[in-house]
Amino acid sequence: MQPVIESNKGLIRGISAKIKGVSRYVMNDIKENKVSYLLVMPYWIIFFVFTILPVLVAIVLSFTYYNMLEPPQWVGLHNYLQLFLDDDVFLIAIKNTFVFALVTGPISFFACLLLAWMINELKPKIRAFLTLLFYAPALTGQGYFIWRIMFDGSAYGYVNGILLYWGIITEPIQFFQDPKYIMPVSILCVLWSSLGTSFLSFIGGLQGIDKSLYEAGAVDGIRNRWQELWYITLPQIVPHMMFGAIMTITQSFAAADQLIQLAGFPSTDYAARTIVSHLMDYGNIRFEMGYASAIAVVLFAFMVITQRVVQKYLSKLRD
Amino acid sequence: MKLKFRIRRNRLNRSVGGDLFLFIILAVGAVFTAIPLVFMISQAFKPLNELWLYPPQFFVRNPTFKNFVDLFVLMGESWVPMTRYFFNTLLLVVLGTAGHIILASMAAYPLAKHEFLFKPFLFQTVVLSLMFTYQVTAIPNYLIMAKIGWVDTYAALIIPTWGMSLGLFLMRQFIVAMIPDELLEAARVDGANELTIFWRIVMPIVKPAWLTLMILSVQQLWRETGSRFIYSEKLKTLPYALTQIIWGGIARAGVGAAVGLVLMIVPILIFVVNQSKVVETMSTSGLD
Repeated sequence: MQPVIESNKGLIRGISAKIKGVSRYVMNDIKENKVSYLLVMPYWIIFFVFTILPVLVAIVLSFTYYNMLEPPQWVGLHNYLQLFLDDDVFLIAIKNTFVFALVTGPISFFACLLLAWMINELKPKIRAFLTLLFYAPALTGQGYFIWRIMFDGSAYGYVNGILLYWGIITEPIQFFQDPKYIMPVSILCVLWSSLGTSFLSFIGGLQGIDKSLYEAGAVDGIRNRWQELWYITLPQIVPHMMFGAIMTITQSFAAADQLIQLAGFPSTDYAARTIVSHLMDYGNIRFEMGYASAIAVVLFAFMVITQRVVQKYLSKLRD
Repeated sequence: MKLKFRIRRNRLNRSVGGDLFLFIILAVGAVFTAIPLVFMISQAFKPLNELWLYPPQFFVRNPTFKNFVDLFVLMGESWVPMTRYFFNTLLLVVLGTAGHIILASMAAYPLAKHEFLFKPFLFQTVVLSLMFTYQVTAIPNYLIMAKIGWVDTYAALIIPTWGMSLGLFLMRQFIVAMIPDELLEAARVDGANELTIFWRIVMPIVKPAWLTLMILSVQQLWRETGSRFIYSEKLKTLPYALTQIIWGGIARAGVGAAVGLVLMIVPILIFVVNQSKVVETMSTSGLD
């Protein structure tokens, strides 16, 4: 036994020496770059407390039962098992979220890209006007409000009124109650207001491309605008597309507010139930915080995985 | 004139057919985007009888300011004076925005131009957090606020805005691209310390970026209803009070549209004034 203990002691001594070495290294770095740390920290501490810490807390809570009255109880993987094995509504929510994200995400991303590209060649005044027009719905964040009036379920709703008047339908369609219409109308409304930060980023990126690249490209045998787009323009704005992809993925996976505003909460037959509204149901109404946190963690995992996949494909475009 | 014409026709790799095709797509997109906006504006100026007309009319025929007057009267009737709500929102917007711009710029400068051990960690967490939405963090956020004792105070709405990740990201990318290292080096040789460099050299150059941060944070705070953290009536915000008016029943459809217009107009005006600066900032927003 003696030698084992001896070697353990040696190991511990080694580790503690290493820790001391590392901490001295860290302290030295902090001392040397005191000003840098001083400048970063006021922002970063606030950022950490209100953005990173909540995610860490959510991860821990997701392994507990917590109703905010009693202290959290450790339940292991129970919440996750229940989510995927027992909770039929959650499966509906996952399906809706994916349908929603797979439709709105790519369409919104390419709409941002295409419109930004088309606007880019126009005269500055027209460009400024169209940028404002396309960005206005996202800027104001009041979209659902207008769409509710337009697609109102009564004969006075604008769309219903017109369809009735033209004799296309005989009675008003309940756009926001009929499960057949909830998703399509909501998707349309969300797409309408989805030209946000990514759109601006693309416009900025396109403006920043060096014009001489196009002349050089023409010399090298590029014959039309589509080749130019593919071989010169897109590779130049890959970084902007990476950024735009993050913003779009987050936006389309986290859809809930607009759907709740449009279709009500809870919606008919859970037709507009998404992962986020499922989370809000458990978090804000049933106060099952552990379970709600597990939902949040699952959502976050989906977003990160999607983002990694998209990033991989986008970086291929660069070559 | 003739020369100009020739140059236009001979633009590199452009065909008339392609121009036409793209013009049509652009026009369709523009009309689709414009319809609800125009409808909203038109709705806000409709008198009551036109709001409930059958078949519904898209454009207003006898525009009136009655909806806005009604809104004003309704505001006057509310239990807490409307000016209070307005002041609350103004306070949020001003303090939230100013703090965010200052703290985010301070942090962005070393993250862009200094080398230190924890820099990659400190920046990458911010990039990662671009993927967090507030719904995901809402529950723990509430627990944290409760722990600090900020529930039902403005700190709960203002302070988190200071730490928004998008603002820091844009500011940092802008500094990396726009400020040459030689400039900073020259200032250091002249004996300026880092704080002076930040305040005297970096800040003036990154003005377009702080105008962009301003838009992002105004956009968010101006429509903040505060309902997540604020319970006291006299601390509630303007969007909250205005939305209450919208839910006041069917007769308020016109007033509702007026409310929507009032809430829209402020962010739009700020954006119009600063648009070119925003585009300039966004030109460096790429993520490598």
